[in-house]
Amino acid sequence: MIDQVVRLLGYDFAQNALVAGVVIAIVAGIVSRFVVARNMSFAVHALSELGFTGAAGAILLGVSPVAGLLVGTTVSALLIGWLGVRVRERDTVVGVVMAFGLGLGVLFLTLYPRYATAAFAILFGTITGVSRGDVVLLVAVAIATLVALAFVYRPLTFATVDPEVAEARGVPVRLLGVVFLLIMAAAVAEAVQVVGVLLILTLLITPGATAERITAAPSRAIACSVAIALFSVVGGIFLSLAINLPVSVFVTSLSFGLYLLARLAGRRLMGGRRDSDEGVQAAAGT
Amino acid sequence: MADDEAPVVRFVDATLGYTDQIVWRGLSVDFPAGAFVAILGPNGSGKTSLLRAILGLTPMQAGRVEVFGAPPRRGNPAIGYVPQAQAFDRDVPLRGRDLVGLGLDGYRWGFGRQSSTACRQVEQAIASAGAERYADAPLGRLSGGEQQRLRIAQALVGDPRLLLCDEPLAHLDLRYQREITELIAAWGRGTGRTVLFVTHDVNPILDVVDRVLFVVNGRWATGTVHEVLTTEQLTKLYGSHVDVLDVHGRLIVVGETLDAGFEVEEAHHLPAIDVPPHGRDAKALP
Repeated sequence: MIDQVVRLLGYDFAQNALVAGVVIAIVAGIVSRFVVARNMSFAVHALSELGFTGAAGAILLGVSPVAGLLVGTTVSALLIGWLGVRVRERDTVVGVVMAFGLGLGVLFLTLYPRYATAAFAILFGTITGVSRGDVVLLVAVAIATLVALAFVYRPLTFATVDPEVAEARGVPVRLLGVVFLLIMAAAVAEAVQVVGVLLILTLLITPGATAERITAAPSRAIACSVAIALFSVVGGIFLSLAINLPVSVFVTSLSFGLYLLARLAGRRLMGGRRDSDEGVQAAAGT
Repeated sequence: MADDEAPVVRFVDATLGYTDQIVWRGLSVDFPAGAFVAILGPNGSGKTSLLRAILGLTPMQAGRVEVFGAPPRRGNPAIGYVPQAQAFDRDVPLRGRDLVGLGLDGYRWGFGRQSSTACRQVEQAIASAGAERYADAPLGRLSGGEQQRLRIAQALVGDPRLLLCDEPLAHLDLRYQREITELIAAWGRGTGRTVLFVTHDVNPILDVVDRVLFVVNGRWATGTVHEVLTTEQLTKLYGSHVDVLDVHGRLIVVGETLDAGFEVEEAHHLPAIDVPPHGRDAKALP
């Protein structure tokens, strides 16, 4: 089994997969922290399905599905940002936009004259199918995303956890909401390469949700989240090479396994503070 | 400061309203430097809007607002802001220390790596709010009073000249109400700076308040507690009979409602507005 992995690593497709996987995991790990903190699971799901529509349109037009995916998620992010200004509107708007976009996706697939293998790949992920050209595009998008994240990191954190005071301190809370949707659009387009549209949440929710169980320190949580995403993706690619099952099977299993472990260990790490409030209050009294 | 004598905040014939409704009209009031001012009134009377106007978040329909002698501007670092005591989500990815840090430089772009000076400032603010014991615990696991102490540290960390508090005692039990009030008042006394304190119940702050601004039905009155909170004055403001009772040093406001005759209100609930402020002419009472 190990021999097989070593042998396959000599091939371009496996090397491409590993490079793309590492880059994608870093982006997904960071973005998932914010997705979880901002309660945006539904928006992630919608962006990925609309990315599918973009990819299906690209296949129909005979252009790169990866580019189509990126266009699909970005256009949807802008649409959601434009229509869903208030938080309470957001989920509704996401649902409305998602339903329409997915309808278009069905249309594109139906119009495509042959059996759309590429569309199936978008649904379930085929990191082992990315070309050298795709890897270059993925790395470029990842770098742009990371630069954008670094630039907005602190005000975005402020606006996420404490929007009222952030607004009072002059943070452009609404603008940051749209900027984050665009960052998410890029991250979704990336992560779809590994696990596909239908399993996107395993990379954009699970790492962040797992990290949250382990630590409340923001920088440590980001580091944990990235480590979890890296372990799941790289581990998933190796297992897939060894056992010859789709990568997404292993990525989802590994990330879910880590989540369960964190749930069990987290109770000890974070302390059962809710039960011992009284003690802390008493100690805090002056 | 050379302009110590000038009012910290001044409303000049200011009218606040939304498209179809005037909240208050012709408000002219000065908040002097070093004063602890309570802004009182029932829900919906525009108390929070008054703070938002000072923060530069809500424009006036007519008249003007001056903050430190200039028009209000967003993100003015000379203003500290304490929002309503509202529990953070249990899983909020933050420690108390991080919340205070965001108050210092959360509006800055980039990662905002904290210098040793910044760390010292955060440390001092936490100590002055008496929150050292739990500054490193996950914020969501702290009690409402502990969270509110950290919020005050967050508001004071930038050494503001004016502190705005929006119902900082809501949802807190009596002991914490006393502690938080004392904390804020002690800061005002110690630094000689100004506190604007929005509340629907004046009793927890009776001992520390210098001046009162009471807004209701688009009308307003200002003065000391004993000038404003009288049966005669509140009856004029509400436009229907209101009794102010002094029960063992606590002020109880008992109001008449249109549908149910006399209704004894709890001490911390001022009578609701009977008539919508829509179209009412505001009348300034001396």
